[in-house]
Amino acid sequence: MRNSRGVRTFRTVWMALVLIFLYAPILVMIALSFNASVSRSQWTGFTLDWYVKVFHDPSILGALRTTVEVAVIATVVSTVIGTLGAIGMHAMNTNMANVLINVSYLPMTTPDIVTGVSLMLMFLFAKVPLGKWTMIMAHIAFDIPYVLFSVMPKLRQMNPNLYEAALDLGCHPLKALYKVIIPEIMPGIFTGTLLAFTMSLDDFVISYFTSSDMYPNLSRIVYSSTKLGVKPTMYAVSTMMFVSILLLLVLINRRTKLEDMG
Amino acid sequence: MKKIAIILLVALLVGALSTAALAEADKPFAGTELKVYNCYDYIDEAVLDIFEEETGIHVNYLNYIDNEALYTRVSTGAEVYDVIVPSDYMIERLIKEDLIAELDLSNIPNLENVLPSLLDPTYDPGNAHSIPYMWGTLGIVYNTEMVAEPITSWTALLDENYAGKIFMMDSVRDTIGLALKTLGYSMNSHDEDELAQAGEWLMAQRDSGVVGGYILDQAKDMMANDEAAMAVMYSGDALYAMDKNDKLAYVIPDEGSNIWVDGMCVPKSSQNKEAAECFINFMCRPDIAQMNMEYIYYSSPIKQVVENLGEEELASTAMNPTDEMVARCEYYNDISDVAYLYDDIWMDVLM
Amino acid sequence: MKRSWYASPYALWMLLFAVVPLLFVCWYAFTTPEGAFTLTNFQEFAKPRYAAVILRSLKHALYCTVLCLVIGYPTAYFLAGRGFNHTQSLVVLILLPMWMNLLLRTYAMMTLLDDNGVLNAALQAIGLPKVKVIGTEGAVVMGLVYNYLPFMVLPIYTVLKKMDYSVIEAAEDLGCNPLRVVTRVVIPMSLPGIVSGITMVFMPAVTSFAISTLLSNGKLRLAGDLIDYIFNQSSNPNRWNIGSSFSLMMLVLILISIGFLRKVDPDNEGGGLW
Repeated sequence: MRNSRGVRTFRTVWMALVLIFLYAPILVMIALSFNASVSRSQWTGFTLDWYVKVFHDPSILGALRTTVEVAVIATVVSTVIGTLGAIGMHAMNTNMANVLINVSYLPMTTPDIVTGVSLMLMFLFAKVPLGKWTMIMAHIAFDIPYVLFSVMPKLRQMNPNLYEAALDLGCHPLKALYKVIIPEIMPGIFTGTLLAFTMSLDDFVISYFTSSDMYPNLSRIVYSSTKLGVKPTMYAVSTMMFVSILLLLVLINRRTKLEDMG
Repeated sequence: MKKIAIILLVALLVGALSTAALAEADKPFAGTELKVYNCYDYIDEAVLDIFEEETGIHVNYLNYIDNEALYTRVSTGAEVYDVIVPSDYMIERLIKEDLIAELDLSNIPNLENVLPSLLDPTYDPGNAHSIPYMWGTLGIVYNTEMVAEPITSWTALLDENYAGKIFMMDSVRDTIGLALKTLGYSMNSHDEDELAQAGEWLMAQRDSGVVGGYILDQAKDMMANDEAAMAVMYSGDALYAMDKNDKLAYVIPDEGSNIWVDGMCVPKSSQNKEAAECFINFMCRPDIAQMNMEYIYYSSPIKQVVENLGEEELASTAMNPTDEMVARCEYYNDISDVAYLYDDIWMDVLM
Repeated sequence: MKRSWYASPYALWMLLFAVVPLLFVCWYAFTTPEGAFTLTNFQEFAKPRYAAVILRSLKHALYCTVLCLVIGYPTAYFLAGRGFNHTQSLVVLILLPMWMNLLLRTYAMMTLLDDNGVLNAALQAIGLPKVKVIGTEGAVVMGLVYNYLPFMVLPIYTVLKKMDYSVIEAAEDLGCNPLRVVTRVVIPMSLPGIVSGITMVFMPAVTSFAISTLLSNGKLRLAGDLIDYIFNQSSNPNRWNIGSSFSLMMLVLILISIGFLRKVDPDNEGGGLW
């Protein structure tokens, strides 16, 4: 395309404005987490006090622990279930596999609030008290599709004869699974794991409906505090959550890039 | 010399052991975990540390937004709590639905510290199920610089001069209650027609555009920062805002308002009832109540604390309303039999 | 053991935690608290307030979708074109906020726009009057756009990136002016991306929860807030049933949108649903 100077300038200005729109609130929030004053309109100096406070606040620390615990357990379980599921479906006839794959679209297309409500109804009906474990169950359910959809393409890329060859050479199917298949699809599993972990850390709506005040996660704490006025410690919490998700995404991105090259 | 040293050492060790043993006997509930479920920002958490140190009971302190949220949690049995702090009308409802336990008052000797006027309330005769935690009134906080005339009536909330700067509460009973009061009805109305009128009053107010928002605790910060002209508020939040901003005043409107008591109760499902009573007793200790009141700014029901109030505080409508003001206020009663009417109106207003 | 059996934990889990819960929603939507079949839960929606909430949700989601398209299309177009030195990093930058917690984004927005927030402080510093944003419809729409813009950019970008540029060059060679190239060639070719983007923005926007309440000081509540209210605050004994019927309606609305998407974009070229 032949672009005039005017078009190019417009394009640059446009992109700059979009980036400002997207990042101004985040940057302001990060800046305020280092602001000595409680006020949002005055900068009175740099401080790390809010971060220190966060690490001395038992309710925030508890929520942090819950968030990480839930994310770790949900990620591990969903990685195992999702990977096995992908392997199993890969071996199935197409019709059967299609049905199962479509089931995976369900949690991805259902609005979060409906997913949250539906799980809450089921737990309450079954008289399972809402808490950490119900939240973990819900997280596993919405994490599995991410693992599944990361592993499936790797399986399709794999040479199907490898597994057959291993079996023909007398390898036990289980051994063939972890000696032949798993190493081949490892990059996909890894991406899926990271995605699941990120989604789990990131979730608010589903956690809100499937957990309780007893074991709040970080987003629940942020939600409560928005109802009660803004506190700088929440900026610190938000900043830390943002930075950790950022780091995870950088990891995922590098991972996928390496795969593309390899 | 050496012998003496050894004897001293032995004495010291034995002494240490016996005090340790004593301490054990003193802490019959050591190691218990107590789940205390209270409103946000409604305790000085330093008090909990003292309690944990003195009794060895570990307090798991949890928060809810309002009585309705508390009720939902407790009634669905979603969780088990040991101490909850519902308001008067909710206590009445929880008693009616058999969700809270009868207290063993012999475990709560500090009950004698509670102001006689707050004892044996209508919502819980004989304090069989609840011990007052804090009390107060509902009123309007306004900025005397922005609002020229002193406010005396709830109708000030309709004043279009302050459009967008009037904040209502995101709370069913309080907001519908004040509309009922304005219209001359009881805040505990069971009458469909009266309630419909209250709903219309609130919707007309909303549609005229005067309302800046339906919010909760944010209102105190907004008032403190001169961002709002007036806001409906509990007396305790009013005291907090007035402490931050000299221009604010608190009024209990002439039509009357709500007087409320939040009481400490033990749900039936609690497995640690005695430890819970120990906690309730602790909260009624004058020094603890004093600390707690200084932190959260609400009026304490403990005699000794009231006697310690300064002159200014005694004169404050928010902290210490006169008998005449209290007389025009009413407690909320349980209206759960017509809750659906309140709910209906409230959803019409809010949604 | 056959290899396909490896999928059984997956099938079981999804059945138990994705399919069955939705069946519970259907069950509650069509029953009374006592468990008898009824349609009265849906009659509830004859009440004007539900219509008001649904209309408000649709309206705000629509504004949000249109704005996202107006802002997002050129953005995706510029990203897909050749002309920036670090296009890859730009794409990552634009899509990054998508991964940030919805509440944190809204919280950040509140900080920026509050009466005593950063925006007003900046306005005052340069001698301009304060603006009131929080509590207005503008704030709600802005918050929604802020939250969902990347979901519009991504699918359009994906489609444009795959587009065959020789077609554009052909059009140019045949004497088409740049504006006509865009309207007659680029936009029709990127239609799957546009449809996908519209769905990906409209669906979560219309069911969004908390964003609107927070940015409007509780004055403008959307369908998601209504569902939350019914389940978590209402004292109506039928609340699970009414809440379920409302949730079911939202779900049906979404499924219809997806059906529409599949029709316009049968091969799912628009970058998929996530």
